Amino acid sequence: MGRIEWAMWANEQALASGLILVTGGVVAVAAQFKGWPFAAYAIAAGVFVCLLEYPRGKRKKGSTMERCGQKYLTAVVKVFGPITRNYYVRAILHAALAVPAGFLLSTILGTACLGIASAIYLLAAIRGEEWNPIEQKPQERPQVGGGTIKQPPAMPPPRPPADTRKKPPAEVAGQENPIPVTIEAE
Amino acid sequence: HQAQSISKWASLKVLLRAAWLGLNVFLFVYYFLLFDRDKKFYYTRVLLGSALAWARASAKCLNFNSMLILLPVCRNLLSFLRGTCLCCRRTMRKQLDRNLTFHKLVAYAIALFTAVHIIAHLCNFEWYNDSQQAADGSLSSILSNLHQDEESNKWLNPIHTNSTVSTPAYVTFTTIPGLTGVIITLALILMVTSSMEFIRRSYFEVFWYTHHLFIIYFAGLVIHGIAGLVRGQTAESLNKHNPEHCAQDPRYWGGNNTDSHCEEPEFGSIPAELGGTYSCFADVPFLQAVVHPSKVLELQMHKKGFSMEVGQYIFINCPSVSHLEWHPFTLTSAPEEDFFSVHIRAAGDWTENLIDTFQQQKPKTPRIEVDGPFGTASEDVFQYEVAMLVGAGIGVTPFASVLKSIWYKFQHADQRLKTKKIYFYWLCRDTGAFTWFNDLLASLEQEMEESGKTGFLNYRLFLTVWDNSVVGQAAFNFDNDTDVVTGLKQKTAFGRPMWSNEFSAVATAHPRSVVGVFLCGPQALAKSLQKCCHQYSSLDPRKVKFYFNKENF
Repeated sequence: MGRIEWAMWANEQALASGLILVTGGVVAVAAQFKGWPFAAYAIAAGVFVCLLEYPRGKRKKGSTMERCGQKYLTAVVKVFGPITRNYYVRAILHAALAVPAGFLLSTILGTACLGIASAIYLLAAIRGEEWNPIEQKPQERPQVGGGTIKQPPAMPPPRPPADTRKKPPAEVAGQENPIPVTIEAE
Repeated sequence: HQAQSISKWASLKVLLRAAWLGLNVFLFVYYFLLFDRDKKFYYTRVLLGSALAWARASAKCLNFNSMLILLPVCRNLLSFLRGTCLCCRRTMRKQLDRNLTFHKLVAYAIALFTAVHIIAHLCNFEWYNDSQQAADGSLSSILSNLHQDEESNKWLNPIHTNSTVSTPAYVTFTTIPGLTGVIITLALILMVTSSMEFIRRSYFEVFWYTHHLFIIYFAGLVIHGIAGLVRGQTAESLNKHNPEHCAQDPRYWGGNNTDSHCEEPEFGSIPAELGGTYSCFADVPFLQAVVHPSKVLELQMHKKGFSMEVGQYIFINCPSVSHLEWHPFTLTSAPEEDFFSVHIRAAGDWTENLIDTFQQQKPKTPRIEVDGPFGTASEDVFQYEVAMLVGAGIGVTPFASVLKSIWYKFQHADQRLKTKKIYFYWLCRDTGAFTWFNDLLASLEQEMEESGKTGFLNYRLFLTVWDNSVVGQAAFNFDNDTDVVTGLKQKTAFGRPMWSNEFSAVATAHPRSVVGVFLCGPQALAKSLQKCCHQYSSLDPRKVKFYFNKENF
C-alpha cells in the first residue's frame, strides 16, 4: 500500500458527506423537525463542503480523471493558495464543520461521514500530501495537413563508430506509462 | 454464429434486469399498500402517517437486494476472503466483469432504498417523540400514553420517558435497531466511496480492504430487523377494539359504556419478515388432552400443514411451564389419522410440571408450541413380508405409530404395504406406565377380530420383572380367556424372551420370506438380535432371511 494517496479517498468521502448533510438538512427543514436551525446550518455547510471538494486534486503519479466541469471550481479553489493546498487545514476545517450538525438526528450521519473524511485527510497530511490543481494542458501547435505530411530529415542521424555499436545488456525494462494502461479483455 | 450467441446472451441479460426491476417494484408497492391500509397499523399510522409504509416497504426491498448482492460475486467470494485468486485469473476476470455490472446495479438500489428508509425513519422517530411530548389530549398523545406503566409489552409508542433527554437522537443510539442502523449505514457509505471507479482503478487496496466491511453490514442487518420497535395492534385486541369505529371517541375506551364496545387497544411487535409468526412455532390448537394412569399425558393436537411419517419425533414447549425448554417426544399417532399425538410420561421436573398443569384443568388450556417433525422416517417397516418388531421399555412408543399405520394401511389395502404378518414383542418391567399402549393393542385386537383378520398381528408381552405373587395370579387365572395382567387375549409371559426359540418359530412358519427385524431398545438386546438374525438366516437365497434394522428409531 505504499503508493496510496489517501487524499483521493478522503476527497470522495468528503463529497459524499456533503451530499448527506444537505439531504438530512433538507428533510429536517422541510418537515420542520425540532431543532431545525441546525438542519439549516447543515445545508449551508454541506453545500460549502461540496463546492470545496468537487475539484479533484492532481495525483502525484499518473494522470487524474477530472470530474465533469470541475475546471471552474478549480480556478476558485486555487485562489486561496496554501489554505486549500494544505490538508491539515482541510482536516481541521471538516472536523469543525461537522460538529454543529451532530446535534440533530437527521444530520448526524453527515457528521459521522464528514468526521471520517476529516480523519483520512489528517492521515494524508501526515504523509505529506498536498492538493495541486489540475492544469489544462497547453494546446498543441496545429500541424499542417493534420500531421500526415512530414518533412524528410535534412541530415542523416549521427552514428557512433562501428566498434561501439554493441547491444546494451538488458536492463530494467522500459518506462513507466504516464497513462495507466488497462487491458480490456472482451 | 458468434453474433447470434452474443445477442442471445444480451437479451437474456435484459430479461434478467427487467425481472429484477419488476420484483423490486412489486415488493415495494405490495408492502407499501400493506402497511398503509392494514387495520393492524391504523393507530401506528395515526402517530406516523405514511412514513411507516415508506420505511417498511423500503426495508423489504433492502432485504431482497441485500440477499441478492452477494450472488453475482458468490463464486469469487471465497477467494476474496482468502485474499488472493492465483489460478484462472483471466477467465475469472471475464466472468467477474459480467457479474460485476449486476453487483453494481444492486448496490445502487441498496443505496437508494437506504436513503428512503433512513428518511422515513427520521420522520418516524421525530413524530413518535412529538406524540410523546404532546399533552394536548389528542389521539396521538392518548395512544402514546397507553400501557406505558405496566410490565406488559403492549405499548405502541417506543419512546417512553417524558424527559428532555429523550430526543430522537437519544432513542436512536440507545436502541438496538437504531444503533445497528447507524453502524451499517456507515459501513455502506465507506464501501461505496471506496468503490468509486477512480479509487478502484488507482488504489485497489483501499477498495479491497474497505469492502470487507460487508461482513459488518450483513451482521448488523440481521440484528437490525430483530427488535420490533414499530408495532401494530395484536389480533386479539383487534377483535375487541375496531379502530375504524373506536378512534373517534378515545374517551370511552375500556369504560363501562354499553354503546361503544371498545376495549383499550393493545399492541405487539410484528416480526420483521413475515406478516405473522413463523409457522413452525405457531400456537397449536388442541383437540384433547387425556391423562392416563401412572401419570402419562396424551396430547392430541391438530396443526395446519403438519405432516408426519412413522417413527418421527417433535419438540414441545409449554411457556406456562418454562419459556425456554424444548423437549423431544416421539409421535404416537399414525400419519393416516387427522390429528397427531404424543404420550408424555413423568420423567423429570418439566414433564411433571406439565402433567400437573393439565391435570389442574384450568379454564384456559395452556398454550403449546410445536417444532418438527424430525427424524428419518422409517418406510422400511412396510417393505417386509414378515416383520418382527421388538420394543423394550420406553422404546415401545414409536411402535404405537408403526402399528397404527400398518393397521390403517392393511384395512385400506394400501399397495405400499407388503407386510402380511407382524410379530410384536413388548418387553418391559411393568405395564403401569404403558397402559395406554395396552389399550392400543386391545383396540387393535378388537378391530382385527371384527374384520376377521385375527392372524395379522401376533404380539407377546414379556414382563421382565416379576415376583411370586404375580406368577401365582397368572397360574390361578390360567384358564381365562384374557390375560390377568393386561386384559389382552394373548397371555403375558414372564422374564425375557428366548430369542432362539422365537426366531426358529418364525423361520419355520415362513420358510421362504424375507423377515425384517426392528428394534427400539438397549444395545445389549441389539447384539443378541443381530446374532440371531445371522444364525437363522438361511444361506439359500430362496429360503428365509432375517434383516436387522436398529437405527431407524
